[in-house]
Amino acid sequence: MAENPAAEVTTANPVAEAIAALKAQFPDAVTEDDRKGYTGIVVDPESLVEVATAVRDTLGYNYLSSATAVDYLGKGDYFEMVYHTYRVPAGGPPLVIKARTPRDKATLPSVISVWPGADFQEREAYDLMGIRFEGHPNLKRILLWEGFDGHPLRKDWKEAYYEQDQKPFDSRWPQGHVHRAEERNPYGKNVRYPEGFTLDDFTPVGEAPNYEGIDLGVNVQEMTTPGLKTDRLVVNLGPHHPSTHGVFRMVVTLNGETVEDLQPVMGYLHRNHEKIGERNTFLQNMPFTDRLDYITSMSNNLGYALAVERLLSLGPRYQPPTYRAEVIRVLMVELTRVVSHMWAIGFLLNDLGAFYTPALYAIAERELILDFFEAVAGSRMMCNYMRFGGVFKDLPERIQGIPLLANDRVRNEATLDYLANIINERLPRAIDELDNYLTNNEIIVTRCQGVGILPPEMAIAYSAAGPLLRASGVPYDVRRAEPYSIYPELDFDVAVRYNGDIYDRYLLRIDEMRQSVRILKQLLPRLRETEGQPIISGSKAYSPRVPEGEAYGRVENPKGELGYYVVSDGGQNPWRYHVRAPSYINLTALGPMTKGHKVADIVAILGSIDIILGEVDR
Amino acid sequence: MTNGDSGLKALHNPDIPVPEELQSTIAITSLDRIYNWCRARSMWPLLFGLACCAIEMIAAAASRYDISRFGMEVMRPSPRQADLMIVSGTVTKKMVVPIVRIYNQMAEPKYVLAMGACASGGGPFKEGYNVVSGIDKYIPVDVYVPGCPPTPQALIHGFLTLQKKIESQSLRTVPWYRSGESTAIPIPLLGPDIIDPRQAELIRRQAEQAAAQAAAAPSEA
Repeated sequence: MAENPAAEVTTANPVAEAIAALKAQFPDAVTEDDRKGYTGIVVDPESLVEVATAVRDTLGYNYLSSATAVDYLGKGDYFEMVYHTYRVPAGGPPLVIKARTPRDKATLPSVISVWPGADFQEREAYDLMGIRFEGHPNLKRILLWEGFDGHPLRKDWKEAYYEQDQKPFDSRWPQGHVHRAEERNPYGKNVRYPEGFTLDDFTPVGEAPNYEGIDLGVNVQEMTTPGLKTDRLVVNLGPHHPSTHGVFRMVVTLNGETVEDLQPVMGYLHRNHEKIGERNTFLQNMPFTDRLDYITSMSNNLGYALAVERLLSLGPRYQPPTYRAEVIRVLMVELTRVVSHMWAIGFLLNDLGAFYTPALYAIAERELILDFFEAVAGSRMMCNYMRFGGVFKDLPERIQGIPLLANDRVRNEATLDYLANIINERLPRAIDELDNYLTNNEIIVTRCQGVGILPPEMAIAYSAAGPLLRASGVPYDVRRAEPYSIYPELDFDVAVRYNGDIYDRYLLRIDEMRQSVRILKQLLPRLRETEGQPIISGSKAYSPRVPEGEAYGRVENPKGELGYYVVSDGGQNPWRYHVRAPSYINLTALGPMTKGHKVADIVAILGSIDIILGEVDR
Repeated sequence: MTNGDSGLKALHNPDIPVPEELQSTIAITSLDRIYNWCRARSMWPLLFGLACCAIEMIAAAASRYDISRFGMEVMRPSPRQADLMIVSGTVTKKMVVPIVRIYNQMAEPKYVLAMGACASGGGPFKEGYNVVSGIDKYIPVDVYVPGCPPTPQALIHGFLTLQKKIESQSLRTVPWYRSGESTAIPIPLLGPDIIDPRQAELIRRQAEQAAAQAAAAPSEA
């Protein structure tokens, strides 16, 4: 963060220029967002598509990172759709576009024709906020089910266990009373029905919407043509299927064994992250970010900390994180990247049929890093480690282990020696090992090369991020495109591969792990130099005063670009808290990528995207 | 499974002594004990992960923790072949429908282990509108494992607790050898909110109560 103000001075111009150009081109439709703490332009809904096309084609903001809605109930009473657009692969700060619609008749034109990556994000805004998008070809609920009562992210929608708008709840604090929410609900469960609802005149909507528009049954025309006669049939993969990496479901239309169409069905792990996040205080959200992409809790923490720090920096008493804090943050994040890519490769091999053996090798290295996380943060997976302005605890002097299992060695090593051993010895060896065993393996080559190709222009259009984007030949990495933390002073290359198939995504992950190890090696001397320096700036306030405004903080997560859009109204809680989840948006390209391949390839293509359902469904 | 020698010794009945040299090959025991001993040491879990806890479940199955030492490593993707459902993660309203269906498809004897805070009681996401406050609101649970997520050691402790439970059961009283069919759990419906068919009557009474209150309110005013 220390470098950021300087970076903004040099790069603030392109956005200002773009805004000026747009105001000149559309004097009636475009106004600058002049609310305190806000940036970007407000566009008249009528000309939204026209302006968006100009933004993409004339100004070069070809990448829609995030599209989300905010409910300004009581603050103007409108819904605002917020689009964050970037130049890819050039880099730089975002051009933020906003469009408003009244709350009672919420309708906006769909920008899917300009940025196809808006597909799922607009469906999410429809599902959770109730905004209709005209021109969207498939506008139905995505995370909840058809027939659900209301749109939960509206500020006036209250859940069954509703207690108060904001935490800490009066009933719990400061007196400290405890009650179980079930006891106050007439059904003893987390349910709430509309007034007068009974089962007498109720028919469930059921599964029909998932199969809408799919032509079921035998295609007579194809049956009468000469050659191999095949049936068209619909196959459901998931939500309980070993290859879906969790509770993901795909409705696949097959012709024989060839995929004609694939519709993802999600929401089986929709845990209402954003609604709970709006009730929480800013700090209370930190442990929840751990559970987004539960393999990479450390880097989720960093993204959220960056977003809130960006908001805090609007205030008068802001101090950027200390240097040691930044070093520790990058250390944690890069170790996480290795963990995540190891896991991704291990489980890609699982999907290719090498059941569990390669994964075991990958998990063995992960355990070493998890031991370090446990020693530092107190938990293996859910680290809850970063704080606004730094980290929560310094590295311990020694890593000590108790023998929990009969074959565990008692560990008592100096932390830096332990880290040096992992970084200099274990990880490079493990990466080489994976490379040696897998890269030229005949089965992997045959099944991965040329399968699931995503061309670069399509990857950008579908807002693909991370390894998916870079394996398609687009050298775009947030760590370089819009640098944060101490990445500018670190020496590493943005890995890129050009074929855009499963094989290149696999190779790219190997490349990235090598780059991460390169970064980690540069961090070790920095850790020694900064020993004893403060790990957090300012005071460790339980509830920091967050000034009014909006902020979008994004980091290069192992799965792709993870963004947090946070709006503050000056209170203790975020007014809006949205997560731009890379796994979720990367799935937009899954359908087009699988078309024309065999059914067995779906599993491999999905494995190569590397999704985590906690992040997909949030 | 633990090694054959000590495993067999666990079966011995102290009232009927077996000569020392035969103790590792012969056991005289009761039908209940041999039945439970076999079942407890060959639990086949359902290959089924929900959320974060599933990652720790996989870690428990990997080389460092290795649940095959307890005879639990044969993960079956089909509910028809599985004895144990590990509910490893947050149960959402959308997901509880397939879970109940899968549970009904499992053959008796079947067991459920609620892994982690979410499966046991909703966990950190309890207040969410799409989250079920614990899987035990829908299907019976045998063992609860606390943690968020539980460490692999905690999960293994849960397995051992389940083995103890199995060893306390008796052929004469287990439900799956009674006459008649076992009743399936009604599948929840997705309406305006999730609907447990067992609560249909309660929902009607609540609606009537609300209607009566609404009718009474204007006369008071």
